[in-house]
Amino acid sequence: MADSPASGSAPATSEPVFSSGKLSAEDVQRIRGDFPILHQMVHGDQPLVYLDSAATSQKPRVVIDKLVEVYEQYNSNVHRGIHALGDRMTVEMEGAREKVARFINAASAEQIVFTSGTTMSVNLVAHGWAAQRLGPGDEILVNEMEHHANLVPWQMAAKASGATLKFLPLTPTWELDVSRLEEFLTRRTKLVAVTGMSNVTGTINPLELLTRAAHDVGARIFVDAAQSAAHGPVDVRSPDVDFLAFSGHKLLGPTGIGILYGKADALEEIEPLFGGGHMINEVTPEGSTWAALPARLEAGTAPFAQTAGLGVALDYLSNLGMETIARQEQTLLELATSRLETIPGVTIFGPPCAKKGAIVSMTVDGVHAHDLADLLDRQGVAIRAGHHCTMPLHERFGVAATARASFAFYNTPEEVEQLAAAIEKAVEIFKRPRRSRGV
Amino acid sequence: MSDRLDELYDDYILDHFESPYHSGNLACPTCTHTDRNPLCGDQVTLQLKLNGEAVEEAWFVGRGCAISQAGASILCEHVEGKSVEALRGMQAKEMLDLLKVPLTASRQKCGLLAFKVLKTLIYSQDESLAAGQDEAAAAPPVKLPR
Repeated sequence: MADSPASGSAPATSEPVFSSGKLSAEDVQRIRGDFPILHQMVHGDQPLVYLDSAATSQKPRVVIDKLVEVYEQYNSNVHRGIHALGDRMTVEMEGAREKVARFINAASAEQIVFTSGTTMSVNLVAHGWAAQRLGPGDEILVNEMEHHANLVPWQMAAKASGATLKFLPLTPTWELDVSRLEEFLTRRTKLVAVTGMSNVTGTINPLELLTRAAHDVGARIFVDAAQSAAHGPVDVRSPDVDFLAFSGHKLLGPTGIGILYGKADALEEIEPLFGGGHMINEVTPEGSTWAALPARLEAGTAPFAQTAGLGVALDYLSNLGMETIARQEQTLLELATSRLETIPGVTIFGPPCAKKGAIVSMTVDGVHAHDLADLLDRQGVAIRAGHHCTMPLHERFGVAATARASFAFYNTPEEVEQLAAAIEKAVEIFKRPRRSRGV
Repeated sequence: MSDRLDELYDDYILDHFESPYHSGNLACPTCTHTDRNPLCGDQVTLQLKLNGEAVEEAWFVGRGCAISQAGASILCEHVEGKSVEALRGMQAKEMLDLLKVPLTASRQKCGLLAFKVLKTLIYSQDESLAAGQDEAAAAPPVKLPR
């Protein structure tokens, strides 16, 4: 898993997390050729500069083609139809499950539950595991950098079970303050819920350390990999996390498909939240028994077309190599950070580049994040502005909103420069002298 | 490109943003209301001083993007001297026209924040007035047709 080896004290110049191949400018151009959406003008004549991949990634042609292939050639419900199409679709879907298992190094495809996305995966564990098994006196350890999707469900589970939420403090550079772990992680802690990589500061959390610490006190650890899975290698057996979740749409795949991975014994502990077709073993008028995993947690018709799309997306990422992707994005991050820091009034929220992924959240003095995003959009540069579903973190920042540029391996150094120039132009517009209305 | 940039953030909007009309608190407002856009954190508090059926003064306090804050300033300037009756009939389209800039769907929420606060104020004034009349007539509270 993309993991910072020593989060508290590693120097800013520590060994990069990634060590293999490097993409040339020609490679990147070839890659961009795989993404039809990137080649367009917006607002008439502005070439699109897409810097919002942390919200959702763009899709390569092979993924789009796969969805068309499904609907044109073998669209059919899975696990049911005793016919050629049904068999083919089932093979595609179960093949995709195998690919997911390989992608995150799970021991078995049976540990891969298809969900609608990260949010549903978190909720499955929050409501089907935490709310059922925890009680007064038990604690769930979270922190204030979490996306609402990895916070609100735990709040709900705590309320339902009587358990208490604890917040591990953050450092001034927006990392987890692991020096205070002993104080917050105790025998009362039953679950640690943590993001692999912040969707705002880009902070890469020390999962190795956290997993060991959680297991030392007998707690389980849930990793929200919505961001981290797209930006570096994931290995669920090192560190051996108990649960891990991510979404297909942030990894070049379609929307509506997500993953919940769990250790076999951990998944067994989840009560099914939804009853229906496919999740049963036997149904009588009096009651039902559940199917084996993962079917037990997959009631109803699965998003089977999306699973096929996700399988192809993971193939695409694996062919490129997650380490190569991580390295490429790190280069863009370092370039963007050093360039943006030359613009007066720009404040970037996050740790040094070596400890984060390719996300730059910032404020610009005198220009509200929404105005900035709007002015950038009109120059073709797509970023996101707001609290990015992290209101507690922005409360800590002391600002209501930040502007976030997020990079993927299909972005270029030229696009980083376009971002910087567009910000400079926005600042200029807000600073230019004006006639006063005389009020 | 520059034309398009200037179109949205023209002097009119930026001037209202930087030198707003009636930014601050009224000593004794007749009514006041606050609302925010939860997605972006824009916030506007509108304070009206009514003189009978007319708005004598309108002030606002807020924080957020240029569009939301300029919108509040422009609205305050617009409503002073107007009758409550006239404002009751004011439509969102009129507010957008007052801003004089084309807004995308997502930015209309910013441009219409102060207007939404105004509408809530007028609605609650009507409600309390209706409740008062009901009390005077010693009748059970009735929803007036609107």
